[in-house]
Amino acid sequence: MILAQVVLNGFLVGAVYALFSSGLTLIWGMMNVVNFAHGDFVMIAMYVAFIAFTALHLGPEFFVPLAAMMLFLLGVVVYYGLVRHVMRGPILAQILGTFGLALVLRYATLWIFSANFLSLPENLLGEVQTVAGLRLEPSRVVAGIAALILTIGLHLLLTRTALGSRLLAVAEDRNAAMLVGIRPDPMQALAWGLGAACTGVAGALIALFFYITPTVGESLALIAFVVVCLGGFGSVPGALVAGLTIGIIESLTSFWIGPAFKDVVVFILFLAVLWFRPQGLLGKA
Amino acid sequence: MTDALLSVRNLEVRYGDLVGVSDVSLEVRKGEVVALLGSNGAGKTTVLNAIIGLVRPTAGQVLWEGASIAGQPAFAVVGRGLALAPEGWRLFVNQTVEQNLRLGATPLGNRKREAELLEKVFAFLPKLKERRRQAAGTLSGGERQMLAVGRALMSAPRLLLLDEPSLGLAPAIVEMMYEKLQVLRDEGLTLLIAEQSVELALDIADRGYVIQTGRSVLEGPADELARSPEVQRAYLGIGGDEAPA
Repeated sequence: MILAQVVLNGFLVGAVYALFSSGLTLIWGMMNVVNFAHGDFVMIAMYVAFIAFTALHLGPEFFVPLAAMMLFLLGVVVYYGLVRHVMRGPILAQILGTFGLALVLRYATLWIFSANFLSLPENLLGEVQTVAGLRLEPSRVVAGIAALILTIGLHLLLTRTALGSRLLAVAEDRNAAMLVGIRPDPMQALAWGLGAACTGVAGALIALFFYITPTVGESLALIAFVVVCLGGFGSVPGALVAGLTIGIIESLTSFWIGPAFKDVVVFILFLAVLWFRPQGLLGKA
Repeated sequence: MTDALLSVRNLEVRYGDLVGVSDVSLEVRKGEVVALLGSNGAGKTTVLNAIIGLVRPTAGQVLWEGASIAGQPAFAVVGRGLALAPEGWRLFVNQTVEQNLRLGATPLGNRKREAELLEKVFAFLPKLKERRRQAAGTLSGGERQMLAVGRALMSAPRLLLLDEPSLGLAPAIVEMMYEKLQVLRDEGLTLLIAEQSVELALDIADRGYVIQTGRSVLEGPADELARSPEVQRAYLGIGGDEAPA
């Protein structure tokens, strides 16, 4: 029974990992640009949630969509203001561009909010329930289910709609997309917007049960990179499977060996998978 | 000159120090089928890419119905009624046949029209209908060429550019491909076909242009070019006594 509890906790956190990692994999797949600021996007979303709650007294039903919209805008602005320009430069400029952005976001937040740990009130969504022997924290359950639905929704948007088809067309072959009449720029801006909106939702959901600090993005970014590598670059279903897997492995490691070791185990498994399948678990060879 | 749908004058395309084409001129009138001939590397693909807007001309003119389209990006040019079935097909291999076709209708921005054209293309190329739910990457070479043509037709173009529609295909498939092009011709669609296989192209074409190392060197009615010993000897490597009537 304890094991079921551990797996459930891991699954719920893993769904949130899957959501923000889907954003990273979308941006990566669209234009082969690594967004090193991805973890810091999540961090910004956590602060958006915190401010919306404390200063504007908005509940999660408002601050989650608000964070999604704010981060969508941030993604679009970052594309037009930074990415579009550094993409014309050498690969190092691309890497340093988003890395520099990460530092700016992180240290600007540190400057404004200091390094103090913040958090939203515990049990914002209600008291812990026990159902069939399982301890259910409403904040984690809501976060996990919402993240799962949105990740699947993103996949359906990409694979079942005309807009998704155009996005993927630009991702696959920019010139061929232009040949069928698609303007690549708005599609790439949209990919950044959607990718960042994923971090917006995920960050606001994580804020329900996680501490908030300017450097929280670092560890989240590492998780996102592991998830994207495991799931295959550019694959949303891959990110979903890998995100859930990482969440469950972390949870099991904390339970069996101790919380301090969970990162080590995740990274060892990560290297092991890359050793045997460099294209990722669901990636194409 | 005034009745030209497309007119290319003294086109030059340089890629840095490399010269793609240095001086190509051609004209396509409404309802015509024009062949653009030349050996591998003569610059045929560069000419088509410069017309459709995938590469920028460094000199010369590209006029579409009298207005300059030189240097405009491809997504703007295809909106004006030109479409290209490119070399190597450039399909979206991870998307389905139907998705590829629907993407072709992007310039129309009209769902109803898209559905009508989809039915039309399926009727014209029934193999694509059979395969509509398959990923484009699972198609055979001939089917991919069909899909490239079908995708270009989905924008209801008034001029269809075809880059080496016979390249890499088995003879029977090539023959079928050209039968399809003949149908398009009979329906009144204007075609500009870049080809290395001269006999095929001149068989369907009204007129032809020959380019060599990036320059226009010969032009004329298709039957004259087909008989021209110069064409056969210099560019096409066909024996003089096999000239088609």
